[in-house]
Amino acid sequence: MSLYFERRQVVVPGDLLAEGNYRNGNGTFKELGKIFASVIGLAVVKGNVIHVVPLEGVYIPKAGDEVIGKIVDVSLTTWQVDIKSPYFGVLHASNAVDLPFNPLRTNIRRYFDLGDTIFAEVISFDRTRDPVLTTKGKGLGKLRGGKLVEVFPTKIPRLIGRKGSMISMIKRETGCKVVVGQNGMIWISGRTSEDEELVVSAIRKIEREAHTSGLTDRIRELIKESGRKNDEN
Amino acid sequence: MMKTHQIISEIEREHIRSLVKKGLRIDGRSLDDFREIQIKTGVVEKAEGSAEVQLGNTKVLAGIKAEIGPPFSDTPNNAVVTVNIEFIPLASPLFESGPPGEAAIEIARVIDRGIRETKAIDLKSLCIIPGDKVWVIFVDIYILDHDGNLFDASSIGALAALLTTKIKKTNVQNGEVELLDELQPLSIATKPISTTFAKIRDELLIDPSLIEESVADARLTITHDSDGNLCAMQKGGKGSFTLESILKAVDIARMKSEEIREKI
Amino acid sequence: MTRINQNSYERLIDENEIRIDGRKLDELRPINIEVGILTNAYGSALLHHGKNKILAAVFGPRELHPRHLALPDRALVRCEYRMTTFSVEERKSPAPSRREIELSKVIRESLEPAIFTHLYPRTSVDVFIEVLQADGGTRCDGITAASTALADAGVPLRDLVVACAVGKVEGHILLDLDDIEDKKGEADMPIAILPRNKEVTLLQMDGQLSREEFQRALDLAIKGCEQIHEMQKEALRKKYSEIQEEVLEELNEFSEKEENQD
Repeated sequence: MSLYFERRQVVVPGDLLAEGNYRNGNGTFKELGKIFASVIGLAVVKGNVIHVVPLEGVYIPKAGDEVIGKIVDVSLTTWQVDIKSPYFGVLHASNAVDLPFNPLRTNIRRYFDLGDTIFAEVISFDRTRDPVLTTKGKGLGKLRGGKLVEVFPTKIPRLIGRKGSMISMIKRETGCKVVVGQNGMIWISGRTSEDEELVVSAIRKIEREAHTSGLTDRIRELIKESGRKNDEN
Repeated sequence: MMKTHQIISEIEREHIRSLVKKGLRIDGRSLDDFREIQIKTGVVEKAEGSAEVQLGNTKVLAGIKAEIGPPFSDTPNNAVVTVNIEFIPLASPLFESGPPGEAAIEIARVIDRGIRETKAIDLKSLCIIPGDKVWVIFVDIYILDHDGNLFDASSIGALAALLTTKIKKTNVQNGEVELLDELQPLSIATKPISTTFAKIRDELLIDPSLIEESVADARLTITHDSDGNLCAMQKGGKGSFTLESILKAVDIARMKSEEIREKI
Repeated sequence: MTRINQNSYERLIDENEIRIDGRKLDELRPINIEVGILTNAYGSALLHHGKNKILAAVFGPRELHPRHLALPDRALVRCEYRMTTFSVEERKSPAPSRREIELSKVIRESLEPAIFTHLYPRTSVDVFIEVLQADGGTRCDGITAASTALADAGVPLRDLVVACAVGKVEGHILLDLDDIEDKKGEADMPIAILPRNKEVTLLQMDGQLSREEFQRALDLAIKGCEQIHEMQKEALRKKYSEIQEEVLEELNEFSEKEENQD
């Protein structure tokens, strides 16, 4: 058994990572008993599994993910939703509307129209068919007002923080509602646009400098400080 | 070709519109702020002149080629200038392969008018044999990255490239044209600069970014020459402008065009 | 019209086996690769190679238009190789030429073997190559730039793809022909490989080579590709080494988190 990379080294497609009794995880592939990187990223070994944590790439939906999307097409009984992925989300009226309705009499645009932004859950997806969404569920549905921010999907766990610690702190300190989609879309709604801007700068800071210790504290500092400035003005 | 279908989220639209009401923009600019302009010339040595222009995240590459060809029959003593713009799919998911569509042709023609009407290039000096052989100057502009205001980025690119253009001197003997190794710059009389506005909520936003363009009701491009005279204008988009707002735009455009001209 | 100097050289290689631009027979022109220079594209690369300037951009995997082209079991790879009108001595017409259409096809087929297309059924991976300035060997540079852009886009690849041309000029086997050598030489052979297993994914040849010359040319091409491959990897790592520091810290926290959960 041999490893051919330094701990968390940047690897590029085709780089030999390991040989012998290892299993290949995400961002890698196996060929004749050897494990190679398939994407640009950081090589990591966990137990006997080799991964490459990607530094680039598109969002691929997973059942159970909550995503923010934009309605880009409406037919008689379904909406097509842009969820910043190579695959459009499909939302059937039956997964959005409680009452049984006759599509010939009721125009589903009454519920969601082109350009509307929704918060939805992915019910199923296997790449052979488009991901099926639902807006039935707590907190799901149309997002009104506020603003949208987009970040790289791999930054999302960092933004949420350990057991949601980061995101709850941001919400608490700014008084804004913040909805985070696994697809990298974030919706923010506050009392004033200054409050919303504060959340945006916090998100940008998290995106930029994800240092080990004390990021949560530093974000809290940032919010408090700007909050004071806003109050003085 | 440009996809006609681009759906802007209602949230983004409302956000931009509510900021404009307060005189603000999503990227922090004021309504009459241009994005940063960077110009690099001489980037393609095989072209007779070239310039790469970056306007915020919008990036264009302009190149000049010169050939000897026949003049137009109604202007036998004048060189020929053609402006062509390519919206290549490398620049934006909104662009598709194929010959220039109406949006690209519109920009090319407005730039062409800006150059032609101001007599920016001394076309007579590029006539070789009257009625028979003149220089044909091709201005080709490629959009490399599209983040709005292709009008101004392209017109700055075209001008910067023309200003660095050098063509061969010629010698005519017995109706035969001989190309000499010695190079001459084009004689540029004036520097036409275009300034483009987007109209959102009755306000005029200078140098609109792509998202602002998608939300805008209408667009207005105003070109001034070096003396501060108007030399080309073009209104676009489905909305309209009031007379007052046009006059106001003209005043702002004249000021801004002077600032930009200094950078070229 | 402005084809200067090309005929004024009697010989392209002197008695000391030095080429007119001062290179040795097995020497590449200087190469520089910049990664991620465009904002709209998912991935991009700008390759300077001698006087060649090649820009490549990748969009995808993305929703495929028109949808009826979608493949049920893999992504559709599309490629467009184009030259700007001012990239060559005489202005090129902006309409795609037969040459550009053929090269688009062979370049696509040189990249496809590297791409794990089955991971993204029904989508497209669109590769655009724009030759900003051409001086011989642009299809090879297009391939190298495109595969760098694919990696920058995060598209899963079996390997990078790297290409260079070899040929025969005045009886000598040469690496990396420039435009004059290409036009005046006896043979030209562009090759692309997957460097890890030395699998050939592009092979074209025109001119005349003996069996023995072909073998030598092939060996030389592989050596050239290996050098370019190192520069390609270096350029990619360079862009991401800055990000590395940040993500490293981030990962530390995640592993702590996961360990806590375990």
